Amino acid sequence: MTMNQNQLEALIREVITEVLGSPAKNDSAVPAGDVWKTGPGSTDGAREERDDIPDDQLVDITSPEVRQRILIANPMDVEMMDRMRQMTNARIGAGRSGPRLNTVTMLTLRANHATARDSVFSEVDPALLEEMNLFSVQTRCTDKNNYLTRPDLGRRLNEEGRRIIDQKCKKHVQAQIYVSDGLSSKAVEANVRDILPAIMNGLESFGISTGTPFFVKFGRVGVMDEISEIVDAEVTCVLLGERPGLSTAESMSAYLVYRATIGNPESVRTVVSNIHRDGINSVEAGAYVAEIIRIMLEKKASGVDLSL
Amino acid sequence: MRLKTKLAGEIHRFRDLKDVMNKANEEKSGDVLAGIAAESQLQRIAAKEVLSNVLLSDLYNHPAVPYEEDEVTRLNIDGLNMTIYEKIKNWSVAELREWILSYETSEEDIKRISRGLTAEMVAAVAKIMSNLDLIYACNKIRISAHCNTTIGLRGTLSTRLQPNHPTDNVEGIIASALEGLSYGVGDALIGLNPVNDTADNIARCMNALHELKEKYEIPTQTCVLGHITSQIEAVKKGAATDTIFQSIAGSQKGNEAFGFNTEIVMEAWDLMKHRGYGTGPNVMYFETGQGSELSSEANFGADQVTMEARCYGFARNFNPFMVNTVVGFIGPEYLYDSRQVIRAGLEDHFMGKLTGIPMGCDCCYTNHMMADQNDIENLTTLLSAAGCNYVIGIPASDDVMLNYQTNSYHDANAVREILGLRPIREFEIWCEKMGIMENGRLTKYAGDPTIFMGRGK
Repeated sequence: MTMNQNQLEALIREVITEVLGSPAKNDSAVPAGDVWKTGPGSTDGAREERDDIPDDQLVDITSPEVRQRILIANPMDVEMMDRMRQMTNARIGAGRSGPRLNTVTMLTLRANHATARDSVFSEVDPALLEEMNLFSVQTRCTDKNNYLTRPDLGRRLNEEGRRIIDQKCKKHVQAQIYVSDGLSSKAVEANVRDILPAIMNGLESFGISTGTPFFVKFGRVGVMDEISEIVDAEVTCVLLGERPGLSTAESMSAYLVYRATIGNPESVRTVVSNIHRDGINSVEAGAYVAEIIRIMLEKKASGVDLSL
Repeated sequence: MRLKTKLAGEIHRFRDLKDVMNKANEEKSGDVLAGIAAESQLQRIAAKEVLSNVLLSDLYNHPAVPYEEDEVTRLNIDGLNMTIYEKIKNWSVAELREWILSYETSEEDIKRISRGLTAEMVAAVAKIMSNLDLIYACNKIRISAHCNTTIGLRGTLSTRLQPNHPTDNVEGIIASALEGLSYGVGDALIGLNPVNDTADNIARCMNALHELKEKYEIPTQTCVLGHITSQIEAVKKGAATDTIFQSIAGSQKGNEAFGFNTEIVMEAWDLMKHRGYGTGPNVMYFETGQGSELSSEANFGADQVTMEARCYGFARNFNPFMVNTVVGFIGPEYLYDSRQVIRAGLEDHFMGKLTGIPMGCDCCYTNHMMADQNDIENLTTLLSAAGCNYVIGIPASDDVMLNYQTNSYHDANAVREILGLRPIREFEIWCEKMGIMENGRLTKYAGDPTIFMGRGK
């Protein structure tokens, strides 16, 4: 049996009306997906995208405003759709073309992914490190690919790095803070200007002695244990770029250990995660980290041994 | 046992069977990281040649972790059908491969022989199969299971709806779930990964998903994928769930790193028999993934394919409703790029089915891997052609809680249409009743989560 389009529509409409407790608010609505009702494009007149549009009028499909858009042509309940959209940052209300994504959604996802990938593979701007007065050392990793595939090498400093830290850093301090790229250089670039001074000022106000901050290239979390041993720090804290998600490539975490030593279990680490402008902002996070360090010094513990 | 071969005029020798197994693997960054991978392309093929002539009894006698030391090995060995094993123990791995691929061998034959295979035999045969071999062999086998509905019947492709939310906000979770349901996604399971692993929160989420299922009378299953002990506690408090979940590893030490042992799984299984909401008999849900043993230093010098096969040997003792490999979640130090992830997905699916468990796949990737959405769309299509029970569905492929990408709500129906597959029948009828599907395709109402407003009980 074949039904023509109108008969099918009528049937579905009938079924829906039957099952509906109350009639849909937007009763004239028909298509949920398939934006094109009569085929793409307009048949009258010429169509042109002009290149002389001012840059500040260009639409960025990765912007929050565009991302908030509901791409369902005619939701049955518009108000409810808006409310649902507000209850989650998951990409709902996406609409479709046949069974597949609309073009703008597909391209936005690819753009977000590209940003994340670029953040993993790019390096922290040396000018920023200079501006922050951070000297740079390196783990045993030789390049990005080596870093991504050999986490064991990213947990140890190379010989030169050990020597430089030994020469340049203050020893026997209460708190050693340092910065590392981890899996996101963008996270360092977005947060370090605010979080590092916030922590240092906080510690100063508590009268806690601090070591010389620096930067570790190709760093995994575990290299903090070796650093702690070299400088003989009571608390060691690394500010590290986290693996980028599609929502943000700028998320940083702070890992803190009391009396870290090489080979200590992962459970001794305390972590403050989700540091970025839509999570815990970096100034706030800095104050919080300083407070945690104060508590660690007082309780002489970290990780599972410390309740905050 | 012959541990050497001559290849291209060169003699290749191997230390022991474990060395052969390790080096016979297709290239995986995790095996390189473990320091056990083949050192050249030719050595890899030499190991495959040696392995192809190894007897199944040799593999039986040399489990990756000794019987005395490891309960996963014991479950594997003690659960075997020895009548069947005795019949096949003198087969070589090559003979097993050819027997599986033969026109003379039926689905029923493979399922019977499966009862006599240890994880090491399953892994060995996977290592000498090409990608299309794996797909072809899998397509012969369907492993179905029943909780409230039956998963894994021939002609179906199901989906686990994964409505994750960064703060477990119930209204936000339900919004994502309704969007997925409006795409005909969720026939395998509506399963949430919670942020907060307390028993109270898990109970709250379990009850929310259960109420959703009851309200719209959805013929499916629900689960909240917290730690197994938290789920046990939640169920004991009276929370409603059809299944209990746990991530598993291929050794006792790996499972201990995940914070459980066999006894705890037995407790959960028993609890579901007495307090679960699912009809059963299959009420357990497990997830796996190559590399997790190495990450907890629990791989005992064995390669990640063998350790993965051991997860399936463990899982089959609990007659699960679902098992899936979260194939690209672990990162590039274990599976470097799309080539390795696609290979691992096909291997895992094959090994799970040959072990006799109802196998699905989370076709996924993280942002520090050399893979993108195109690659996992490829994998999804390949696995669906291979007869995979289910894949995952989330809003526009972006998991805002776990920060990785998997299949979009928009993937399963495209693949279903291309390959002539349908959702689980009861669920499809429900979709038709809701006006979402007609003749195996989405209707124009599909994709609008607000079509459910004012409806249901």
